[in-house]
Amino acid sequence: MLEPLFSLTSIIALLSSTMRTTAPVLLAAIGGLFSDRSGVLSIGLEGFMLAGAFAGFVGAFYSGNLWIGIAAALIAGMLLAFVYAYFSVSVGSSQAVAGTGLVMLAAGATGFLNRVLFRSSGNFVRVTPFQPVAIPGLSRLPIIGQVLFTQNVLVYLAFALVPLTWFILYRTALGLQIRSVGEHAKAADTVGLNVTLTRYACVLVSGALGGLGGAYLSLAHANTFIEMMTAERGYMAFAIIIFGKYNPWGAMGASLLFGLADALQLKLQVAGVPVPYEFLLMFPYVLTLAAMVMAGKTTAPAALGSAYKKN
Amino acid sequence: MKARPHLDSVLAAARQLIIPSLAVLSAFVAGAVVVAAAGFNPVQTFAALLDGAFGSGINFTETLVKSTPYLFTGLGVAIAFRSRSFNIGAEGQFYMGALAVSWLGVAITGLPSFILIPLLLAAAFVAGGAYGAIPGYLKAKVGASEIVTTVMMNSIAVQIVSWIIKGPLQEPRHFYPETAEIVNAAKLPVLVPGTRLHLGLVIGLAMAVAAYILIFKTVLGFQIRAVGSGALAAEYAGINVRRNVVLAMAISGGLAGMGGAVELLGVTWKLYSNFSPGYGYSAIAVALLAKRNPLAVILTSLLFGALATGANNMQRAAEVPAMLASVMQALVIFFVLGYAVYEDRFARYWAERKPRDRGPHAAAAGKEAAGSNA
Repeated sequence: MLEPLFSLTSIIALLSSTMRTTAPVLLAAIGGLFSDRSGVLSIGLEGFMLAGAFAGFVGAFYSGNLWIGIAAALIAGMLLAFVYAYFSVSVGSSQAVAGTGLVMLAAGATGFLNRVLFRSSGNFVRVTPFQPVAIPGLSRLPIIGQVLFTQNVLVYLAFALVPLTWFILYRTALGLQIRSVGEHAKAADTVGLNVTLTRYACVLVSGALGGLGGAYLSLAHANTFIEMMTAERGYMAFAIIIFGKYNPWGAMGASLLFGLADALQLKLQVAGVPVPYEFLLMFPYVLTLAAMVMAGKTTAPAALGSAYKKN
Repeated sequence: MKARPHLDSVLAAARQLIIPSLAVLSAFVAGAVVVAAAGFNPVQTFAALLDGAFGSGINFTETLVKSTPYLFTGLGVAIAFRSRSFNIGAEGQFYMGALAVSWLGVAITGLPSFILIPLLLAAAFVAGGAYGAIPGYLKAKVGASEIVTTVMMNSIAVQIVSWIIKGPLQEPRHFYPETAEIVNAAKLPVLVPGTRLHLGLVIGLAMAVAAYILIFKTVLGFQIRAVGSGALAAEYAGINVRRNVVLAMAISGGLAGMGGAVELLGVTWKLYSNFSPGYGYSAIAVALLAKRNPLAVILTSLLFGALATGANNMQRAAEVPAMLASVMQALVIFFVLGYAVYEDRFARYWAERKPRDRGPHAAAAGKEAAGSNA
């Protein structure tokens, strides 16, 4: 029974599936990276993702257009991010409290609205999801053609954001500004950088990309909205950023590891291995715990988590 | 002049109530806006909510029954919060306590209630406490964010329960995904005949007093608070920060675990999936609204119990989804955070108002009070 599990076709399918399970957490992690690097804990990602998953589905369902769903997800994520930025940057609240409150707000609001909008429809409401787009030429390459170049457009986008983010953070004045604000807000302020504006912008980026990661789940994975469907992926993205040492390439590597774990547990469930499926479902959570322990006290931006008040 | 300190403390206590009351009021107003925007009648909705929570004797006892788990988890989160540990793991710890007694409450037979029940509660405290101590240890030892680790451990706990109720602890006929009913001696006695109000509420109130004494009247409590106000300063003062973080998380988890046990021994008598509708997560709002004060948790857990009971009635009578309660709980958190700014200003103003009357330390004490708000 385990033999076909490790055939070439099976491994290609697993790797291809890994790309798809990686994309939503990678999108969220890249977004969170901006927020973290500017000094604001990306602890609200789970909330941004949930809001994006719901708004994305609602937008796509009522308009019949997936891209309108994506736009709705971006807006919903950014709206929540604005609330989070207001409390963590302007009010100077505890970011842990504000972020957790945000997740609770998103969970409650999406659950409430889901029941208000769809309670009467007895049958399952769904959308036609994003389809794989084969990249001409490259998709014909053996093995990697199927794994890397026959994916939906959101997967391409997620991976394209990695070098782009690296370039922005390390090769542009804007990136230097973001990193300065996150390392030493007072010094950045002294040399004339706008700490508040930078942090708001970065948190909004994390809201947009978190929302996009959530929309991936409803529009490219499950084809519908299910309450709490993010299943702590936002918190995993938060852990992935730390495990990836606050660097986009590291975040990609860590996301792939999580994607592989997720794809593997799905595959093992389908294959019917003689292990209770609960233990397979536990796997990504245990992996996150292990990653947090291994990452330990890494190279967090020095001003991460502390609000900056001008005197 | 002799009456002054007394009057001052009454005024101080009254001042403490202003912001939480405003926060709750604001959350209700915002909730009404949400309800109206969703196309329901807000007056009818909130009438149904209030009626469900307080409309009759039996409704009120149901509110008390619902408040009991919030009381335990809220106390737990409040204590962890005192050491600046953000325990979002009360949900998992609650499940671990329930899991322990769902097993022992069936396995241990032949003991009288007055021995068995304390034994089971102690076991639940240990189970929840151990489950809380792990993220505490990981935070103290390697600096792993307790937010992430506790969230992960919640999901792991849910999966463990989901497996165990269909596996080793499934009821003997192997038909329903739930554990066997606990022995009669393990069931908590009912306080008012004809209702579900059980001894758990009294145990919870006793725990609130015990938690208050622990935090404000013991050396351990002082150390936990010192760690919470500043780890570096506490370290300089010779306090073992790591040990206190682990202890605070363990006690926090222990209380949440006891909450799970009390709910199982008092209400459900067995364990099943979705045993907790999020008592551990709501606990964050319960503790925050109470400003991490164990005695105030009694009031805030009552409020949340009323909200939950009322929301169920609201769903039946006004057909407004009960999830509205979750939205309002989250809104409470944000209003508490938002109003804290004004509270700080007010506390400073109060402290600087009559420095001569209030002694030389008054201004400093006022600042401390202002700084202690989450």
